[in-house]
Amino acid sequence: MNHKKIGDVVLDVNNISLRFGGVNALTDISFDVREHEIRSIIGPNGAGKSSMLNCINGVYTPQQGSITFRGQTFSHMNSRQVAEMGIGRTFQNLALFKGMSVIDNIMTGRNLKIKSNILMQALRIGPAEREEIAHREFVEHIIDFLEIQAHRKTPVGQLPYGLQKRVDLGRALAMEPQVLLLDEPMAGMNVEEKQDMCRFVLDVNDEFGTTIVLIEHDMGVVMDISDRVVVLDYGKKIGDGEPEAVRNSEDVIAAYLGTSH
Amino acid sequence: MAFFLETLIGGLMAGMLYSLVALGFVLIYKASGVFNFAQGAMVLFAALAMARFAEWFPGWTGIANPVLANIAAFVFAGVLMFIVAWLVERLVLRHLVNQEGATLLMATLGIAYFLEGLGQSMFGSDIYPIEIGMPKDPVFLFDKVFPGGILVNQEDVVAAGVAAALVIALTVFFQKTKTGRALRAVADDHQAAQSIGIPLGRIWVIVWCVAGAVALVAGMIWGSKLGVQFSLTTIALRALPVVILGGLTSVPGAIIGGLIIGVGEKLSEVYLGPYVGGGIEIWFAYVLALVFLLFRPQGLFGEKIIDRV
Repeated sequence: MNHKKIGDVVLDVNNISLRFGGVNALTDISFDVREHEIRSIIGPNGAGKSSMLNCINGVYTPQQGSITFRGQTFSHMNSRQVAEMGIGRTFQNLALFKGMSVIDNIMTGRNLKIKSNILMQALRIGPAEREEIAHREFVEHIIDFLEIQAHRKTPVGQLPYGLQKRVDLGRALAMEPQVLLLDEPMAGMNVEEKQDMCRFVLDVNDEFGTTIVLIEHDMGVVMDISDRVVVLDYGKKIGDGEPEAVRNSEDVIAAYLGTSH
Repeated sequence: MAFFLETLIGGLMAGMLYSLVALGFVLIYKASGVFNFAQGAMVLFAALAMARFAEWFPGWTGIANPVLANIAAFVFAGVLMFIVAWLVERLVLRHLVNQEGATLLMATLGIAYFLEGLGQSMFGSDIYPIEIGMPKDPVFLFDKVFPGGILVNQEDVVAAGVAAALVIALTVFFQKTKTGRALRAVADDHQAAQSIGIPLGRIWVIVWCVAGAVALVAGMIWGSKLGVQFSLTTIALRALPVVILGGLTSVPGAIIGGLIIGVGEKLSEVYLGPYVGGGIEIWFAYVLALVFLLFRPQGLFGEKIIDRV
């Protein structure tokens, strides 16, 4: 696992606190993510994992704290800006464009990169046509990579769950993200589908050098593929480090198994 | 035979106007998943603006050229519809991101009543003519084939041409451009669309603008046929069965649905009317829509509703 080179800190989360009314979803959370690593966030249900991603992604605005991405510090992120800076994400509960085909779904991920103007696109002239073809080629690469060639024209709503998860990943990959936020990519999958998804995540990390922030429930998966792990419980950070260290931490064991005291 | 064809053509022309209004519904539904009750009010508002401005234009500028006045009025009404779209996004939709469809539907009901009131207090509530110089004389076609030929309104033919051009442009826009793709994406899932960097606000302004432009064209054609009056808003109700028939998400569906209903109304009135006592024209569309809801709820061309349990 450690053959790849892990770089400097790209994403630095500082003292984030998020409240919904009286509920403290996140309390004073700090952690960093280094370039090219797979950084997992784990914790029991309701620990605040998805809230954390939503703060990074600009869906939620934390009351306190800041997020630094490539040297720029933000007190809150804006969805559009986040996408432009190269942070992509997938969703825990599928959020695909169900009526559109697999290709169109993944093409939407290229939208920010299409530069020709709308009139030229409509008339398919010159540069617009070339640009569309180039983007289409990129999308075909992703489809090959995720092994969903046979379904490229199928409306996404008709695909089985495991494949929909792949399309979700494909759409995020189409943005050529530097950092990819994966919200439970393996939830609800059978063993075989999980293995496939694991392979894709590792390949993305390996081949494209994409930094990955992963939320996952399956302990086996997390311990296998992560470089470092953050553990949350009731919105507080109770562990941070390499998988081995985290696995043996008393606080973490207590949070997962309960203690007798 | 000639009489049948005349009825048929009359039906097609009426249907085309339903199609234009239905198109506005479909556009907004496709791009935001909102059933926009305000489409009828937008037609009235746009038509009122156009009619009144063309009337005031010579008085304000001293230019008595009717063509110029109409062009200026069209641009003015277009700008006004853009402002409406922008305000709707700014004041209403922006605050309802990620909300339930029903919430957005109620919001558009509010917009509908507001626009109806505003339109009439700004522009008055009488019947106003729109004179855009469409040829009014009927012509006779095929008088060699049929005795007496077929009577066709030239005005209707021009209107049909305008509608066809509009539909082709919109289809290309939705299918071939990245904005079109973004619009379809937003319709399916707000949050996912945001995550890939699609700016919801701008998309909504664009789609309400397009719907406003369609409303303007529809209002202009209706207005030049029948005069601009409050009853234009009730045309929106006629367009409801059209979108059910054609499918809420389909541009071609809106067109074909409109034509079917237009033709069906006229033919049933003429040929079935005498047997059941007439008045079919009024309820024909709704009964057809009910039948469709029973047997094919997604309409002729709508996206099939897929739900996993």
